[in-house]
Amino acid sequence: MNEPILHIRDLAVHLGGREVLSSVDFSLRAGELVGLIGPNGAGKTTLLRTALGLLPPHRGVVTVHGRTAKQAQGSVGYVPQRHEFAWDFPISVAKAVATGRTHLTGLLGRRTAQDRAAVDDAITRVGMDDLRSRPVGELSGGQRQRVLVARALALRPRVLLLDEPFTGIDAPTQELLSRLLTELRDEGVAVLMTTHDLAAATTLCSRLCLLNRTVVADDEPSRLADTDIWLRTFGLDRAEQLLRSLGVTR
Amino acid sequence: MSAVLDALAGPWEYDFWRRALLVALLSGLVCGVVGGHVVLRGMAFIGDAVAHAVFPGIAVAFVLGTNLVIGGAVAGVITALLIAVVAQNRRLKEDSVIGIFFAAAFGLGIVILSAAPGYGGSLESFLFGSILGISDSDVVSVAVIGAILLLATALLNGRLVAATLDREQARAVGLPVFWLDIALYVMVTLAIVISLQAVGNVLVLALLVTPAAAARLLTDRLGAMMLLAPAIGAGGSVLGLYLSYAFDLAAGGLIVLTLTGIFVLCWLFAPRHGLLTRPRGRKAAVSNAPVEVTS
Repeated sequence: MNEPILHIRDLAVHLGGREVLSSVDFSLRAGELVGLIGPNGAGKTTLLRTALGLLPPHRGVVTVHGRTAKQAQGSVGYVPQRHEFAWDFPISVAKAVATGRTHLTGLLGRRTAQDRAAVDDAITRVGMDDLRSRPVGELSGGQRQRVLVARALALRPRVLLLDEPFTGIDAPTQELLSRLLTELRDEGVAVLMTTHDLAAATTLCSRLCLLNRTVVADDEPSRLADTDIWLRTFGLDRAEQLLRSLGVTR
Repeated sequence: MSAVLDALAGPWEYDFWRRALLVALLSGLVCGVVGGHVVLRGMAFIGDAVAHAVFPGIAVAFVLGTNLVIGGAVAGVITALLIAVVAQNRRLKEDSVIGIFFAAAFGLGIVILSAAPGYGGSLESFLFGSILGISDSDVVSVAVIGAILLLATALLNGRLVAATLDREQARAVGLPVFWLDIALYVMVTLAIVISLQAVGNVLVLALLVTPAAAARLLTDRLGAMMLLAPAIGAGGSVLGLYLSYAFDLAAGGLIVLTLTGIFVLCWLFAPRHGLLTRPRGRKAAVSNAPVEVTS
């Protein structure tokens, strides 16, 4: 098996004096598509933000391509939740996608042929060629999600982190994103996404990492059939509660 | 036609008029460009704060008899830096920090100025502008600082846009978001300082915000907005100055009212977004559609 691109060892992260993550061990290799699953407040977004170098570890080590997360900034593709983006900004889809490479351009922001090719390719991959001139404020929720994915892809990253990419999007967009993430995995990109959509995660991901402040389980979906693991992850004491929380029963 | 040209050329024989026109033009231009970023970031309150924050520096410069522009710039930059640093504390919202610092700075300015002879007249010219009393050295200061600001905006535009669009992603790719904030604060400070003599401390916010807000109503394109805002700022300032000459009324107030008039026209008649030109039955601003958010 190839070396991990993203390597997390004995990670603890504190926010506001509270331990949000504790003793987290996790690895992500090229060609893997891993789902990060857990209840609200489990530390999923915190884990992504630490891997992006946005939060400092209180303890432990996070490396990306053998460098610290901070040193690796600018090489990791990141798709944040949609509310992070200023959708009322007067900017077209193509220009918004191009901001994913702003840190690579010179001070005057002059873009090279390579920059333009990367942006064009990213827009094509998310199926937005016919919308590239449209102001981002006029896009639907699904289209907005595709813009964020394209912006991350414009970096041509070897590691892609996505925070809740399937939340609040329609079925066609979900299908497009699922296909795209699978393609990226097959191309050797290491993909890690947080999601509450267990059905999508189970069918799409090669591995699921169940998180609740620490890693409860980390394995292929087919090997995570033990109900107790899920109950522990979601902090529940009965299977009925879990099924209800997943919307399977009322 | 020749009567109009005569009316336009009439005041040109006066040196003070030529200086005033140049400063109005430059202030409108520079505030339009910098104001574009202020409006897009929703930081008009910061502009107001900085306008007040430069006051103690101007007061000190006035008392010491040194260059007012430099005095104001130093005080404004110090206050802007203090706001940026204290605002990093997440327990305090940025607007609270700003509210504390700008009121304190303004109070300090009044105390300093009250120690100087001729307190009342000086205070009035600082508060409401004295564009017709601008000196040659002030014009040079305004031109040099204005040129530096336009260059800085051109250099940082892409990074400022990326940081405004999505701070989280900008940080994630390693853009120095904190330093970009500082740079923008400093740029706002300098734009305000060079415009103070045109419209005064109380009204300067209008130069910064009104042209950019009008431009935002006219277009959904960033590039077009960044050209329209300085055009409206410079055009409105010059028109306001001419109106003050024609009607013998306060220049600062008329510049602001002219800009406000342009804004109202844009609000009513802007293509697509104007009150009277918006397509009937169109869903209220698709861009305001709720976006699902999860924790």
